[in-house]
Amino acid sequence: MAHNSTEHRSYANERPASLSGSGETTDIATDPASGGIFAADYKKHEDLKQMLDSNKDNLKLEAMKRIIGMVAKGKDASDLFAAVVKNVVSKKIEIKKLVYVYLVRYAEEQQDLALLSISTFQKGLKDPNQLIRASALRVLSSIRVPVIVPIMMLAIKEAVNDMSPYVRKTAAHAIPKLYCLDPELKEQLIEVIEKLLSDKTTLVAGSVVYSFEEVCPERIDLIHKSYRKLCNLLIDVEEWGQVVIINMLTRYSRTQFLDPNAGEAVAEDLPENFYGSDDSDKEETNEAVVVNVKKPYVMDSDHRLLLRNCKPLLQSRNAAVVMAVAQLYHHIAPKSEVGIVAKPLVRLLRSHREVQSIVLSNIATMSAKRRGMFEPFLKSFFVRANDPTHIRLLKLEILTNLASETSISTILREFQTYVTSADKNFVAATIQAIGRCASNIAEVTDTCLNGLMGLMSNRDESVVGESVVVMKKLLQMNPTEHKEIIRHLARLTESISVPMARASILWLIGEYSDRVPKIAPDVLRKMAKTFITEEDIVKLQILNLGAKLYLTNSKQTKLLCQYVLNLAKYDQNYDIRDRARFLRQLLFPSEKGGALNKHAKKMFLASKPAPVLESQFKDRDQFQLGSLSHIINSKTIGYHELPEFPEEAPDPTVRNVEMPAPWDEPMSTGKIFKKMKPRKFYSSDEAEESNSESGSDSSDSSTTSSDSDSDSDSSSDEESEEEEKRKVRKKKRVVTKLDEDESIESNSDSSSSSSSSSSSDSDSSEESSEESDSDENEKIKLQPKTKTKPVASPKREGKKHKSSDKTQQSQVQLLDFDDIGSPPSTVTNHIQDQSVLVPVLSSDLQGLSLNNVGNISVTTAMKSPTQTHELLNRMHGQGLSAVYRFTRGTCIYSTTMVPIELTITNTSDVVIKCIKMGETKLKGDMKIHQFQEIPSLAVGKSVNTSLGIDFADTTQPANFEICTETRKFNVTINAPGRSKLRGMNENIGKVEIPAANNERKKIIECIADVANVQVVPLSDLEEQVYRLAGRTASTGALCLVSVKSNDSGEGSITVNCEKMVIGNMLVKDIKNSLSKVK
Amino acid sequence: MINSLFIINNSGDIFMEKHWKSVINKSVCDYFFEAQEKAASPDDVPPVINTPHHYLISIYRNQLYFVAVVTTEVPPLFVIEFLHRVVETFEDYFSECNETIIKDNFVIVYELLEEMLDNGFPLATESNILKELIRPPNIIRTVVNSVIGGTNVSDQLPTGQLSNVPWRRSGVKYTNNEAYFDVIEEVDAIIDKSGSLVFAEIQGYIDCCIKLSGMPDLTMSFMNHRLLDDVSFHPCVRYKRWESERIISFVPPDGNFRLTSYHIGSQSMVAIPIYVRPQMSFKDSGGRFDLTVGPKQTMGKTVDNVVIKAELPKVVLNVNLTATQGNHTFDPVNKTLTWEVGKINPQKLPSIKGSMNLQSGSPPPEANPSITVQFTIQQLAISGLKVNRLDMYGEKYKPFKGVKYLTKAGKFQVRT
Repeated sequence: MAHNSTEHRSYANERPASLSGSGETTDIATDPASGGIFAADYKKHEDLKQMLDSNKDNLKLEAMKRIIGMVAKGKDASDLFAAVVKNVVSKKIEIKKLVYVYLVRYAEEQQDLALLSISTFQKGLKDPNQLIRASALRVLSSIRVPVIVPIMMLAIKEAVNDMSPYVRKTAAHAIPKLYCLDPELKEQLIEVIEKLLSDKTTLVAGSVVYSFEEVCPERIDLIHKSYRKLCNLLIDVEEWGQVVIINMLTRYSRTQFLDPNAGEAVAEDLPENFYGSDDSDKEETNEAVVVNVKKPYVMDSDHRLLLRNCKPLLQSRNAAVVMAVAQLYHHIAPKSEVGIVAKPLVRLLRSHREVQSIVLSNIATMSAKRRGMFEPFLKSFFVRANDPTHIRLLKLEILTNLASETSISTILREFQTYVTSADKNFVAATIQAIGRCASNIAEVTDTCLNGLMGLMSNRDESVVGESVVVMKKLLQMNPTEHKEIIRHLARLTESISVPMARASILWLIGEYSDRVPKIAPDVLRKMAKTFITEEDIVKLQILNLGAKLYLTNSKQTKLLCQYVLNLAKYDQNYDIRDRARFLRQLLFPSEKGGALNKHAKKMFLASKPAPVLESQFKDRDQFQLGSLSHIINSKTIGYHELPEFPEEAPDPTVRNVEMPAPWDEPMSTGKIFKKMKPRKFYSSDEAEESNSESGSDSSDSSTTSSDSDSDSDSSSDEESEEEEKRKVRKKKRVVTKLDEDESIESNSDSSSSSSSSSSSDSDSSEESSEESDSDENEKIKLQPKTKTKPVASPKREGKKHKSSDKTQQSQVQLLDFDDIGSPPSTVTNHIQDQSVLVPVLSSDLQGLSLNNVGNISVTTAMKSPTQTHELLNRMHGQGLSAVYRFTRGTCIYSTTMVPIELTITNTSDVVIKCIKMGETKLKGDMKIHQFQEIPSLAVGKSVNTSLGIDFADTTQPANFEICTETRKFNVTINAPGRSKLRGMNENIGKVEIPAANNERKKIIECIADVANVQVVPLSDLEEQVYRLAGRTASTGALCLVSVKSNDSGEGSITVNCEKMVIGNMLVKDIKNSLSKVK
Repeated sequence: MINSLFIINNSGDIFMEKHWKSVINKSVCDYFFEAQEKAASPDDVPPVINTPHHYLISIYRNQLYFVAVVTTEVPPLFVIEFLHRVVETFEDYFSECNETIIKDNFVIVYELLEEMLDNGFPLATESNILKELIRPPNIIRTVVNSVIGGTNVSDQLPTGQLSNVPWRRSGVKYTNNEAYFDVIEEVDAIIDKSGSLVFAEIQGYIDCCIKLSGMPDLTMSFMNHRLLDDVSFHPCVRYKRWESERIISFVPPDGNFRLTSYHIGSQSMVAIPIYVRPQMSFKDSGGRFDLTVGPKQTMGKTVDNVVIKAELPKVVLNVNLTATQGNHTFDPVNKTLTWEVGKINPQKLPSIKGSMNLQSGSPPPEANPSITVQFTIQQLAISGLKVNRLDMYGEKYKPFKGVKYLTKAGKFQVRT
């Protein structure tokens, strides 16, 4: 504890602003008065510490729970840091998680200690399981410790190339965190973002746009290439990502496309104050005019694409998404189309109060500009009895905006009920609203004025006051007709006490004193009496009234005016004193000054323009709708101004995309490792929507289905889902579903919908159905057309590393560790064949012991699994034949299952009915997911179906029955061979081998000098390739060394090792050793 | 995005805080308290508060304020929607969300919040994914945990996050496969003094409780889908299918969720199932109160659970009423008269009448109060919406399917 408290103190000054909620203990060390509390805390934490130090997991867990409780309450628990951080290595996932939570909260304050945990996360970054990699990256990037910035950068760069989209998503999230920590890395981070932007998975899209917005929102040029992809993916992105993407694309569109309403802008200015015609008609005519006069505007197809793809999102359950689409339409859509957002927005009004409030503010802004849009929904904005005040005010605002000749009677009737409300703010606002309606719509001005007069008798002061103020404004517009009203108001001066109202009346009398010549001086007289007790605003108006009356009727009022000026001279308020002095000089000039005197009449009695009663939301439309800035009506930090549309359209071709995505470019070619099968993932051509996303990386055989490892790769599912939706979009989807496909349907619609379409077509051929399946399962051979460019250089789980050293271009490679016992020297076909059987690889690398290092061999890439195996011979099956193949995808039924595609063909001469799975005879933990029953199979037809088998890591075959209506056939599917794939880093170095060393023995000796590695017997002596293998002592990371040399002494060293650093070092050391002549 | 979250109870205690970025001192909430003081009621606290360095975005639910602190531009609805999602998640986990429950489950709450946001950006908000990560508490598990010291953190890794149907967990198994759908419609209406309709609309929901094994793919079609022209869907619904065929096609999440909500606007005809005839008069000596309720367009169904609430003017001191059925109470503090009518028997219409005692000396109120009405009607969707059929694909078993209809009052208000 002593140690900790000093620790604690030494960091105290490094913790700015972080002392929230930690008030009790943070400064205690320096505050003797609080020693008592400190002691109590000391004890309490001591027992927590003991619990943490114990070796019982449940004690640790209990302690962690209590600590998290403290953190949650905002109590300081930072002195436990050392004790907690130790447990980061805990095997129990619960403890681990809680430690993470604690670490993220306090690491910033205890930076040195936090560093202790870093290695754990670094290790986690290399974990074969994508979820662990992702969570390690997440926690690592959340620890706000500047020292680890380089490590974070490296980790992000690696994760960006990870094959799991989930890890890439996490990487995208990590970017803003790193940027926050060290803004100088911006350039590097932009590179990373650029790379991620070309990602084609929905999982990543939202997150990368989020990091784009956080880091480099000004780099709109980065979006060009991904624009179409983002538009197309939009509907499948998770809802939060959708909001961010739509907002960003709105800004993008404003810079890249022409204003679709450009022609109307001129025409629109006029009818703004001029409500002669029905709004919707007006819009139409305007448009007609535009079409006739201006050259026809043609919308960019990309502009259209965005609008079209956003439209369905108006049906999202998430209010933020609906709002985002609404603002998109508001800002970039042609006028005639904006209307569609009205209904969804109105629907949102049924949501929570807070949602209502925000949506109403936005509607208020929109309705000021586009009245016609919301007019049909007028009644939805009627105020309900239980609406809170701020919502009522917003509704009033909207109702006022919507008022037109046709609707005004309804609205006024509604307003009538509102003025009787008990909520006085609301009543006042209603009166103002009535005023605005009256001023906007000439026909009802009189009605409104009469109505307001009626309110004069209201018992409530504020109501009367507000009415007066509003009436003053209305009268100013048309004073001659309303002499009576002015007279009536003048009488009210005695009874009204609301200052603003009094001031208004006085102003009115002063202004129109010629219309009430008798009353005016009398009012001034009365006011003069009460002058000293009036409010400042009223005093000013009394002075004004005096001045004006003096100018028009100096006979009667001169004395009164002077009296008032005298009173004002000694007023407490300097504004009033100033005003009085000014007026005196103007009206009763001394000998010297007086130049202005003759203009006094002009100054005071100039005709004043009537005020335009405007909505208080008027100036809000400068902000992007739906933004925080819009709500608080001022620019927030990080708000990006929505640019105006450009005059000339920028080059639309920038959005054309060529293939392939940048990271799929070959990085380097492994010499020993022959090329893996080209991966199709991400390589499809975007422009061809129909076959985009056809690839999937699931067959990269990194996925495993063993129980121990649920490292399933979803991208195949995901891609196919996308594809499915796209297909639906294209209305290609075949509605009638065949039963046999239903099981697939639920998971990966792409295969089923396409295969069902093919099989429901009467002329379905095997090939077509296979082809459609291969969409998902990536069979290159069957689909040469849809393959765009075979992309080399397979990459493996986050092991890619770009070394700064160009010569050491490292590369991610696949190693195939063959089954123990298989002949070590067969690098080639044998393993290939076997690997065809290996759709899914179990993963426990630790299981390898040193003595089988020799068995580690290197294979070429696996062929795509086109090979089929016979399940049921047509002879045995009496015409029914079945073949199966391992599709190598991720199984849709369960992550631990091996997906198997079954092709059943009817070679008999009768229709076979009810083909289904019968009894299964499985051993141990094996599980099988049955294929869907096939109701009938016509003669000569074949059908594809799929099933999943969980072999539970055994090599036991799965036995089951295939039943038809009449018969049962026992069949067996053999477990696929097991082997494993792990990614390694490859480091390559070139070396000049001196002649003295250039012989087998020497070379091996030289290498052995450097590292304890064993010669692998398969070394090809003729080619002078030496292969050696070893593994590191502690973690058992495998390490393969190959040295190739020719007679002239040029040699190359290739080291493949999981540990990047070790690989790198080894290359260097071996290089040194070889080039040294002993 | 979201920097911090504070949960504040009605008495102003910040009893929980969570930070996703650097810690923000809880003193920032003072600005919130300031705004709260100004507001007449908790509902009146503005959802967005501007402070010198931060912006506070808050929601008020279940007597709790959830205050999110943001520092940069972010769509406010984004935050609000997220906060509501947090509350819904808590309700989903703990069946309700109040101070005691949150305090009792600090650890789970904290873990949930940790998973839901990453650096302030939503990460996993689907309840099915969260449930894979962190198991909801139940009695047996609580007992077991207290004995063996387990937690609710799942050992499993959440594969759902990686799947193409992130809302559904994998490997669902039930012995009884059931799918229940509740079509609930809420009638919002304003009826004026004379009994004529000012405005009415229907807000409908289809809430589901789906307990189906495997990966079922459901389609639902309606007898009269034309009614549904303003719909919002759970993300599991395939939009295009709806647009082209007016069929709701979806792979459901496991458990309870809201499939669809729809809105039938004021433009269409909305049947009003109940009428209320209030008569109130105030004189210096006192007031009379007389109110009758009766069924209107009920399509032959009985109107049940009728509750009438009237907020009487402030000058009313007490009431002396007799009702033909049900109980009535008067709260003299906020002047609310509540009459629990129960079932309406069309042969014998319920009514309540009597006198009101007014504060002496003060003038009689000018405006009559408005009355809110609650009711439910079983087995009826007032809009006439009917589910035509529900089909399941993708699994072999025959599920048990059920659809229930219910109409109830939403914001049903009678002006007097």
